[in-house]
Amino acid sequence: MLTLTCPVCGVDACETELAAGGEAHLKRYGPGSSDDQFEEYMFMRPNVKGVHFERWRHAMGCGKWFLAARDTATLEVFGTYPAQTLEPPADILKAIKAKRPDWSLT
Amino acid sequence: MSTRLPTQGRLIDRSSTVKFTFNGKWMRGHAGDTLASALLANDQMLVGRSFKYHRPRGIVASGGEEPNALVNLGRHKRHEPNQRVTTTELFDKLEATSQNHWPSLEFDVGAVNAMVSRFLPAGFYYKTFMFPRAFWKHVFEPVIRQSAGLGAAPHPETRDPDRYEHFYAHVDMVIAGGGIAGLMAALASGRAGKRVLLVEQSAHWGGRAPVDGDVVDGQSAEDWVKNAVEELEKMENVSLRLRTQLSGVYDHGYALAYERIGDHAPSEESPRHRLWRIRAGRIVAATGAIERPLSFPGNDKPGVMLAGAVRDYIVNYGVTPGDRIVVVTNNDDGYRTALTAHAAGVAVACVVDPRPTADGDLPQQVRALNIPVRTGAAISKVKGLKRVVSVRVQAFAEDDGGYDEIPCDAVAMSGGWSPVVHLWSHCGGKLNWDEGQACFVPDTDRPPTNQNGEGYVTCIGAAAGGLQGAAAAKTVADRMSALGIATEEVPVQTANEALLAPVWVMPAYAGVKKRAKMWLDFQNDVKVSDVMLAAQEGYESVEHTKRYTTLGMATDQGKLSNINGLAVLAEALDKGIPQVGTTTFRPPYTPISMGAIAGEAKGALFQPLRRTPIHDWHEAQGAYMEPVGHWRRPYCFPRDGESHEDAVNREIDATRRSLGLLDASTLGKIIVKGPDAPKFMGMLYTNMMSSLKPGKCRYGLMCNENGFLMDDGVVVRLDEETFLCHTTSGGADTVHGWMEDWLQCEWWDWKVYTANVTEQWAQIAVVGPNARKLLEKLGGMDVSKDTLPFMQMAEGTLGGFDARVFRISFSGELSYEIAVPASQGRAFWDALHEAGAEWNATPYGTEALHVMRAEKGFIMIGDETDGTVIPQDLGLNWAISKKKEDFLGKRGQQRTFMASEDRWQLVGLETVDGSVLPDGSYCVADGKNANGQANVQGRVTSTYYSPTLARGISMGLVHKGPDRMGEVVEFNTVDGGRVKTKIVSPVFYDPEGEKQNV
Repeated sequence: MLTLTCPVCGVDACETELAAGGEAHLKRYGPGSSDDQFEEYMFMRPNVKGVHFERWRHAMGCGKWFLAARDTATLEVFGTYPAQTLEPPADILKAIKAKRPDWSLT
Repeated sequence: MSTRLPTQGRLIDRSSTVKFTFNGKWMRGHAGDTLASALLANDQMLVGRSFKYHRPRGIVASGGEEPNALVNLGRHKRHEPNQRVTTTELFDKLEATSQNHWPSLEFDVGAVNAMVSRFLPAGFYYKTFMFPRAFWKHVFEPVIRQSAGLGAAPHPETRDPDRYEHFYAHVDMVIAGGGIAGLMAALASGRAGKRVLLVEQSAHWGGRAPVDGDVVDGQSAEDWVKNAVEELEKMENVSLRLRTQLSGVYDHGYALAYERIGDHAPSEESPRHRLWRIRAGRIVAATGAIERPLSFPGNDKPGVMLAGAVRDYIVNYGVTPGDRIVVVTNNDDGYRTALTAHAAGVAVACVVDPRPTADGDLPQQVRALNIPVRTGAAISKVKGLKRVVSVRVQAFAEDDGGYDEIPCDAVAMSGGWSPVVHLWSHCGGKLNWDEGQACFVPDTDRPPTNQNGEGYVTCIGAAAGGLQGAAAAKTVADRMSALGIATEEVPVQTANEALLAPVWVMPAYAGVKKRAKMWLDFQNDVKVSDVMLAAQEGYESVEHTKRYTTLGMATDQGKLSNINGLAVLAEALDKGIPQVGTTTFRPPYTPISMGAIAGEAKGALFQPLRRTPIHDWHEAQGAYMEPVGHWRRPYCFPRDGESHEDAVNREIDATRRSLGLLDASTLGKIIVKGPDAPKFMGMLYTNMMSSLKPGKCRYGLMCNENGFLMDDGVVVRLDEETFLCHTTSGGADTVHGWMEDWLQCEWWDWKVYTANVTEQWAQIAVVGPNARKLLEKLGGMDVSKDTLPFMQMAEGTLGGFDARVFRISFSGELSYEIAVPASQGRAFWDALHEAGAEWNATPYGTEALHVMRAEKGFIMIGDETDGTVIPQDLGLNWAISKKKEDFLGKRGQQRTFMASEDRWQLVGLETVDGSVLPDGSYCVADGKNANGQANVQGRVTSTYYSPTLARGISMGLVHKGPDRMGEVVEFNTVDGGRVKTKIVSPVFYDPEGEKQNV
């Protein structure tokens, strides 16, 4: 039973209030994209064991989507941040680096 | 014999009498007894039979770790199997029956299994699966099914009459265990101002210390506990709960506690069990330790009991399991039992100790009482069938041939103590092997970690490996101080104890025959010989050995057997115990009731029910309701004596001939509004929505990014910036979430708002040739063909109601869907019925709706679609814009397989004989597939009897179906038959649309 802090309403939300939305920071490929690009966008997920950026919706709370940086193995949460973000923000990267010095954003 | 003593019994009230029955026989106990102590007081040594060999079994422990003494409790609706007598508090008229025997506890036919035990070795089930194959179905399975299982399962039609509930708690600290350590931690945390919840699984505070006579801070343990609880009760920031077990630790500080409120005092007033759902900043496990049995031949016979349990029964309940006890122990603590028994006037025949010497404080005290102490000795045999008669004592290390037969009627055994590390381990806390104490202890460097990557469980006291009083008190001071809670070390005086000698098999030289009589797992009948056989057969992993032998898989989850079992495995594999490791600790710590898990979620409270404003009317009419999402919708409105089928046909007939009324309020209604709403609508729907004029309606399709059709409905443009999107009844929340996902996460710079207004409106479909007449009779707005043509919307009043009228049709008839504010819904519905009486206004349900839409060839999401169907498959190309550069799903539909002609596509299906095709039927093709199954070329998606056409009609997806009009194909039936079926247009009724467009 995870808890994640919703960056929109500030609540420490229990997993029962949240809906998971899979990997974050995907680039959408629409008409005009190659088959490979579309396949990558739709289906190819690295399913990492370790640091993972992911989408969550505070579904039973404020209803807003947000993003979280989380370790999928230890369940440690490095931080949550607004969904309106194209890449992990600097403070989140710093928080991850502090805990996982060997990790890097690939 | 086991009996009540004239003295002792700190927990019982000797002035009271509590009557109960065991196997129908009336017995007497005292208030404060457990069922276990009361049974012992009545000399009921034999309480059950083991699972596999049906061996006679007696009580072995005094707490939740009890493997043997499981009984059926209660009768009829309150019958509950597999209840441990050791944790069952006695109450008046308690009814218990023993389990797992036939025909009776005293005489059990199944005990013959024991005589053929060499045919039931480790892995018996797996081996039997293999050979001889034919035996399984006809011989082994019926026999095993007959004899398997412990208590009797309740009858499936009984309903638990008791009440259960959930509690939520948010605390700084939850402390599991109300022994001395737990109380010390609670005092320190409470004084520090923390919000503390202290739970204790038994009915008493203090744990073992009062039994063992420790002196805490200069006071007797009993007095210290009393004072501590008094102080804690005065603290407003501390909550205390007895009979509450912290049963599981989960991620991020979540924990479950199981409170037994009514078990000891059944009452209609209070719930029986309560499940606490706790979020704690810190979980402190002061869960103590469990004593291990010793593995000597015959250690499972009634009368052989854990040494600590013997002390518990004597001191707490004034009950002794025997008149003459032999103590067998590999540690000094076991000697306490000899002292306790002696002090209570129970004869101690001797103490058997495999260690070469025993010179600690406690053995010396025992010797001073002239109790014989046999060091370097072992029990090599226990005589007696249904209870102990005597034991054979001989040398432990090497067989010198000599032995003594010592008469006794009880054996108190102690193989050392194992800290209860379950709560530490549930979420991955790691363990170290403590050589000196021969037990696993929490490794404080590798705790379970929370969302901050920090440990959130702390073990203290015996659970931390402090198995003796002073050492336990030190762990409390150290560990609590490390958490930043000032904690002074409370002095605890106990006897000095010498180290134990790890003894896993007794005597050391025991051969195969003796090892086959040494029980590890009493409940599942797993013996030392079974684990050794598993090792011999190549099982190296403790997890595999567990499943192969069933060691630790019984309802006690190996609380007594696991360490002994893996020590035997380690020895057989010639490895160290830490290398073999433990099996996984999983919650709950002991079984918790299904009722507690369900809580209040049963009956009407099982899930929230959504009701339309007209719901009560439907129920009052006796409508047959069906679930649609969380809604309940009328399937049909049967009249007296009418079958559902007849009702549906009547409703369709009335609607098509004159006038039908449908409660369509469940239809999803979502407002999309803002300057960028047209652009957003263009992305959501496959259709061109920006060209829709205000006041107009358009049927729209919504696809996911894969291109598959996910929802459909009529879109209405209310004004330049505002759209009303109708969705399917079950899909409104999903579609709204889908819109928000794109708006919040992809196009967050678009100026669009959405609102799900489904429940703000009641919506009623007025359908049939007389629909307009009815609305004109109500009056208030012009609903004529010219003013309000097909696929247009108008706002106004009808019969005084504020109405939004849509000229749309899902039936093919002249049809208006009228939305009124939800608060006016029921009154409007009544008004329509009253005014419509002259046209026989008939309410119709979802089945009539379905049949009429199928007659018209309209698709239904979930029937014609299943998440693999694209709109092109359904002949809906007309609703897919070719002009738009992009919409959700467009790229997906461009993939080669989607764009191919080689797909199953929608057609109508008419059986040659007019019958109704079975639902789920497949269109059979020539040949067979690799599995020998008939090839298929299509399937039925909707199938009904059409009263309008007086024949079966179906829709289905058939390979290149639209190109095969008129072809006769075959569909299969459940019984293996084939039905000749003609491929036709899916529009069976009024293909020109003359009826709806009048």
